[in-house]
Amino acid sequence: MSASGPLSTDGLVQVLTHTGQPVDHPTFSAYAAQLGAEELREMWRDMMLVRAFDNEATSLQRQGELGLWVQSLGQEAAQVGSGRALNGNDFVFPSYREHGVAYTRGVDLVEVLRIFRGLQHGAWDPQAHNFHLYTLVIGSHALHATGYAMAMSRDGMVGNGDADKDGAVVAYFGDGATSQGDVSEALTFATVYDAPVVFFCQNNQYAISESVIRQSRVPIAERARGVGMPSVRVDGNDVIACYAVTQWALDHARSGQGPVFVEALTYRMGAHTTSDDPTRYRDRAEEDYWSERDPIARLDAYLTARGELSDDYRESVAAEAKALGERTRTTVRSWERPDLLTMFDDVYALPHSGVEAERAWFERYQRSFDLQGAAQ
Amino acid sequence: MPTFEQFNLPDAGEGLTEADIVTWHIAVGDTIEVNQAIVEIETAKSLVELPSPFSGVVTRLLVEVGDTVEVGAPILEVDVDPDGPAAPVAEADAGAADVSEDPVAVTASSVPEPTAIPVPAAAPAPDAPAESASGAVLVGYGVKAGSAKRRPRVSDALDPVGGEQDAHEYPVLAKPPVRKLAKELGVDLTTVTPSGPGGLVTREDVELHVKATAAQTLATYPEDEQPWLEAGTTATDGRSTRVAVKSVRKRTAEAMVHSAFSAPHVTEFLTVDVTETMNLVKRLKQDRDFADVRVTPLLIVAKALLLAVRRHPEVNASWDDAAQEIVYKHYVNLGIAASTPRGLVVPNIKDAHRLPLHALAIELQELTAAARNGRTTPAAMSDGTITITNVGALGIDTGTPILNPGEAAILAFGSIRQQPWVHEGEIQIRWVTQLALSFDHRLVDGELGARVLADVGRVMNDPSQGLVWA
Repeated sequence: MSASGPLSTDGLVQVLTHTGQPVDHPTFSAYAAQLGAEELREMWRDMMLVRAFDNEATSLQRQGELGLWVQSLGQEAAQVGSGRALNGNDFVFPSYREHGVAYTRGVDLVEVLRIFRGLQHGAWDPQAHNFHLYTLVIGSHALHATGYAMAMSRDGMVGNGDADKDGAVVAYFGDGATSQGDVSEALTFATVYDAPVVFFCQNNQYAISESVIRQSRVPIAERARGVGMPSVRVDGNDVIACYAVTQWALDHARSGQGPVFVEALTYRMGAHTTSDDPTRYRDRAEEDYWSERDPIARLDAYLTARGELSDDYRESVAAEAKALGERTRTTVRSWERPDLLTMFDDVYALPHSGVEAERAWFERYQRSFDLQGAAQ
Repeated sequence: MPTFEQFNLPDAGEGLTEADIVTWHIAVGDTIEVNQAIVEIETAKSLVELPSPFSGVVTRLLVEVGDTVEVGAPILEVDVDPDGPAAPVAEADAGAADVSEDPVAVTASSVPEPTAIPVPAAAPAPDAPAESASGAVLVGYGVKAGSAKRRPRVSDALDPVGGEQDAHEYPVLAKPPVRKLAKELGVDLTTVTPSGPGGLVTREDVELHVKATAAQTLATYPEDEQPWLEAGTTATDGRSTRVAVKSVRKRTAEAMVHSAFSAPHVTEFLTVDVTETMNLVKRLKQDRDFADVRVTPLLIVAKALLLAVRRHPEVNASWDDAAQEIVYKHYVNLGIAASTPRGLVVPNIKDAHRLPLHALAIELQELTAAARNGRTTPAAMSDGTITITNVGALGIDTGTPILNPGEAAILAFGSIRQQPWVHEGEIQIRWVTQLALSFDHRLVDGELGARVLADVGRVMNDPSQGLVWA
């Protein structure tokens, strides 16, 4: 652990140590206190289900059912903790690893796999869940989020002092995205327009294979200071702290005080994607260090010590996780390949002559193949 | 009843086509669960453990450790309902084994046919373009070059979007700004060699294409003269010009290479006092019989060589390598190497040995004029038997000439200069020149060469010797 670089633990907000011991924080313990035992159990359950789904999806990719899978393994606390702080007016712009956030927004996780089976570019209605489609271009959605937030301000959705009216935007991205110009531009615009955005950076320590140490001399959250934006660094494997910090940040943004930058220091326990081999750029000792800091184990230890996780509850969640895995498997296997022409359907809301020409061309192109031969 | 399922090797990366089997974690007879790790494989990208898509009893491992397996090939067979007898899939005779109402269930529906275009067993279509090494891989460590396969197509007739007339069967791949650039520069994208992934034409490709095809301006500097080359392609930095080797230069190069590397050359030198030759030239210039022709020392050299050939006819010959014979010529077609605007040509004077001096002078003059005007005919250049190269005309002493192919000797004639020379026991100022004779050592020995060269020198030194040998 570097003492002063981007992996510094100085000022990292924690309400649970990695062994599950509660610690007080002058600001954020108050937010953490909003969570009762039932909510904490639900968080534990959410993380268990997201992980079960994630593992199942990884297996499905290895069985040839998915073209690619992007694991969220290890980042459940940052995602579920922050996602659970959102309310109905808030709108999320995720990148492509935010399965835990998707879950908290009510997206059926199985549907997410349509993208990774190559069936659909986006597999849910963003307006139905206030959860935008996954953005694969690194960092570009930070600008979309900022623009959306500026529009929310103009629509009067900020600073009403009324939880039913106020909302904010959360943009999720990783440490690697902060090296992109789009993110810097978004921070600038959000600040000068007081846009209600929470920039939620999951610093999982790797931009694919590039360590965050090679991308920044200072903690990522320090970048916000450069544009005059308040920022917080939180232990991304402490689900309660992630909830507390995000709740605070959302309150700040919804109340019209402008954007906030949250850096959740976490660790991508899996590969970047199923096409990646992390053993090429990081060692076993590092992985072991972080597996001892597993976000689910931390909450588990805390709840167990307080007698809040009964065997019955564990068993019911385990059964739920198993059922989710089975439903995921059977559903994915049952999916038929869609008519490829459907890819032209949602390019524009209204008819467009250019798209129509391409559709017509593609139709002829498709017919030019020996479909009998291709079907084998 | 037993139901057999096969697990086909999936693409564990993006666009991988094969993998090596590293370790089997299971054996025949094992009972396995869904998602249980069954085998470790190594792809071009990484070591990967594959989880079983089935639960059941392992009936066959279809590949062995160390095998390289194509994506899509079956690697494992599992009985997912291990009650009751039945034969494994591959041993079941599709026609005869089971006509009962309880056939072997061969379930193919579970064969993964994942996200992308299926990989056919067929060879790539002939029109499939070469795939770049890391093709369409979003993240990872590349795919083996040339491993991509395409579906066969039944029809080649397909217009690009927009219905433009285009012989290309696929539209050229290029991003919109690159298309715009190409349009502005008037570049037909179908003629551009793409370097981007998957045959994508990049901005650099278009720029490179323009540079390679557009006429360039030769870089000139204040002290430079005007560029002198009319043809050729100037390099992008304007500092060099490439000209295709053709025509005379090409033939010269071929002839010289052929000659230099087939006939072992030997060159002998002789420095000689040619004052009497110069006197003779002077007299002939005043001779009325020679009033119609320009007399030069070259005429006397030619006559001297013809006299030497008469005395040593073996030098006027050709080596026939194919027949393994020496062809002695009973005629002399005397070649004269001539520098022309089109390059070096070697026309010859037919039957020069029969020509009196005046006729020889006329022939020399006509030959020279024809060469200078670029009117040398192919006939004039064929069937030479021996050659003179007048390097002295350029002011240099002599050289080591390369034989005109098919000939056995070539005489280089250096510049004639006044030099201090020992003449009749005193140092006097005399006209002196240097002669060099190259000959093909396969058929001309050093002694013969020396005799020929000495005879030429002797006539040059004292032209009256010609009367003796005539």
